[in-house]
Amino acid sequence: MSNEATLHGQQEVMHGAHAHDHGHGHDDHEHHEGGFISKYVFSFDHKTIAKQFLITGIIWAIIGAFFSVLFRLQLGFPDATFPWMESILGHWAKGGRITDEAYYALVTMHGTILVFFVLTAGLSGTFSNLLIPLQVGARDMASPFMNMLSYWFFFLASVVMMSSLFVQTGPASGGWTSYPPLSALGDASIGSKIGMDLWLSAMALFVVSQLLGGLNYISTILNMRTKGMTMTKMPLTVWGFFFTAVLGVLSFPVLLSGFILLLFDRHGGTSFYLSELFVNGKALSNEGGSAILYQHLFWFLGHPEVYIIILPAMGMVSEVMAVNSRKPIFGYLAMVGSMFAIVILAFLVWAHHMFVTGLNPFLGAFFVLLTLLIAVPSAIKVFNWITTIWRGNIRFTPGMLFSIGFVSTFISGGLTGIWLGNSSIDIHLHDTYFVIAHFHIVMGVSAFFGTFAGVYHWFPKMFGRYMNNTLSYIHFWITLIGAYLIFWPMHYEGLVGMPRRYYDYSTWESFKQFADLNHFISIVVILVFATQLLFVFNFFYSIFKGRKLTTQNPWNATTLEWTTPINPGHGNWPGEIPEVHRWAYDYSKDGHDFIPQTTPLSPEEQANGGH
Amino acid sequence: MDTAVTAKKKWWSGGHSPFNVSYGKLMMWYFLLSDAFTFGALLISYGTIRFMSTSWPDPNEVFRSFPGLGHANVPMGFVSLMTFILIMSSVTMVLAVHAGHQRRQKDVAKWLIWTIIGGIAFLSCQAWEWTHLYHEGAWWGRNPFVNADGTAATSNFTNFFFTITGFHGLHVTSGVVLNIVILSNVLKGTYENRGHYEMVEKVGLYWHFVDLVWVFVFTCFYLL
Repeated sequence: MSNEATLHGQQEVMHGAHAHDHGHGHDDHEHHEGGFISKYVFSFDHKTIAKQFLITGIIWAIIGAFFSVLFRLQLGFPDATFPWMESILGHWAKGGRITDEAYYALVTMHGTILVFFVLTAGLSGTFSNLLIPLQVGARDMASPFMNMLSYWFFFLASVVMMSSLFVQTGPASGGWTSYPPLSALGDASIGSKIGMDLWLSAMALFVVSQLLGGLNYISTILNMRTKGMTMTKMPLTVWGFFFTAVLGVLSFPVLLSGFILLLFDRHGGTSFYLSELFVNGKALSNEGGSAILYQHLFWFLGHPEVYIIILPAMGMVSEVMAVNSRKPIFGYLAMVGSMFAIVILAFLVWAHHMFVTGLNPFLGAFFVLLTLLIAVPSAIKVFNWITTIWRGNIRFTPGMLFSIGFVSTFISGGLTGIWLGNSSIDIHLHDTYFVIAHFHIVMGVSAFFGTFAGVYHWFPKMFGRYMNNTLSYIHFWITLIGAYLIFWPMHYEGLVGMPRRYYDYSTWESFKQFADLNHFISIVVILVFATQLLFVFNFFYSIFKGRKLTTQNPWNATTLEWTTPINPGHGNWPGEIPEVHRWAYDYSKDGHDFIPQTTPLSPEEQANGGH
Repeated sequence: MDTAVTAKKKWWSGGHSPFNVSYGKLMMWYFLLSDAFTFGALLISYGTIRFMSTSWPDPNEVFRSFPGLGHANVPMGFVSLMTFILIMSSVTMVLAVHAGHQRRQKDVAKWLIWTIIGGIAFLSCQAWEWTHLYHEGAWWGRNPFVNADGTAATSNFTNFFFTITGFHGLHVTSGVVLNIVILSNVLKGTYENRGHYEMVEKVGLYWHFVDLVWVFVFTCFYLL
């Protein structure tokens, strides 16, 4: 089939989508109210789907963060009671103190929600959907229908996961990694009963959602770039989303296989992960399985997953930094190359999560080497970001501040990754607060900063209004300082050997010394959580009451999304899709502050062979 | 289209697909890549557990029955027939795609029907084999077969067998359903009006993939 036919077929899809929007679609024979359902609920428009992902992600983030406040109260104030807790948690907080079972459930759900539902679906779901078609110059995703399904599978996963919070025996409580045998044996803990089944079902639906989304992102980027948009003219955001999608499409299926086997172990009487076990003093008949097998399957996804979380943030930060430094990004190809290197290495380092499982030390040595190699592309990226803002004409917009914050936390969290990547040091630090501090800074806080940078920077494109700057600055400074105050002390706790996931440290002679520190951390957590609510308020308030945009291109950026109308309809550009002539980073060039990608090369530029 | 222009075309410069394929076909390829990882993970898990075990049942002892032959000893006989049927259905699928390129509607329908029959025949064989094993006492969590060295085997031989062949059977089932949907479109003339039979090609890709996976499943469970 010829390309013309391909493009034509695509236009047909778009016309269909237009008709749908204007109330001539199938649904509208039943719904006569002008297609509210097809416009806002079962929308095909990538921009609406992006907003659906974002708002669902925000709701999950509030829940997940609130859980962390609850368990931090237990850690910071182990002797205190909070009667209000009993009124919202019932028998999970008898007498105003969280029970140990509830504590484990809260920790588990905090991890699951934040890693998968917020920083995977909420982050790349939002920005891949919003920015890929707008920045490569496409009218919508390759398959708008599958894109819609991707959101609704995520919604379904959310409903199932949410419902697990309300069952009698509570949600899954074996940690966000759900290692067997604990997760495989319903008798082993109450969190391993129906809550675990709901957890697995929700995650299976989540994998389907990721697959539908990821296939769409890849095909859109490869197949639907506008005329002139070569791969190396794409903004780094799109590269970030592309690599993220590749990682997701290749690693989530392995997790699914692991879950299938786990479900059989739970309900089919099989012994894939089980062997020679006692539960409550009773010997089980399971023989021949391996619990370590699950860890391999899990971390084959689990490690790429951290890059699924961080790569979109890296892409957006690169873009926001170049725009707000009024300078081209430093080392564009090195940025793309290092992201590619990270993708390759992401698949080759999973066993560094398993150094203490009895892994052959000889094999461990290879995983140490490959893990430490990741420092190379990461360092290249960091130096490029710093060099990009070096002597730039920096505009400290909220998006820019969060981007700088991203680089800061990525460095401080990344450096401890070099410690943990060494198997000999990891044996001491494994499962301690050092690990908690490391991954919260490098992947949790950094990815959140990338998300915030993205929200502040592209909010005008999403809603045609600005967010409030004063609130944004308060949000930034308290979050940045708070993040360091929360996680920095945890390094010290971890070095002393304080294990993660314990319910109460006050009964341990070795960890009593940290009572005041834990107390302090918990207070900061509450403050930072309150500040995030300020962001949520700012976000929703600005959707309706924010200062309106008066220009198409508020940040004077070069990329294509700012050539669309302030509130673009479905199809993005009212006329022809613009043609692209140059890369996305012509800032402060030839006496111009910026030159949009749509501006043809000048005769001098042509003589110089492009840029 | 002018071929001279095609030769000079800059495939990656935007405005058209760099691989000269529609997004749908591209997505199918990436989906198959993803699905290959799902099966890969299952088969590698199987290999891991099997290599961990000191001994394993001998497939020649387990898979030796043939329907209608009573207690005759025909090692691998029935599964060879199953494999032959599935591979033949891939051949008929190739013929359907080929007829689609030449826009011979009747032939597309004919070969698709043969493919569907092949798929259903394979699934029926699998159903017989599962039932037979079940009556011999094998199921998830139950393994009546002893190891090749005569020691008692764990249940993981049957656990993996039913999980992985079941997962593959599920893929064949959805393939048959997809083929039936496409067949009804072919008969309605949907693709004739559209001017091409690309949908047949897409389900063809899926069908061949499912076949290819069977070759690996067959090798891992019956031959090794």
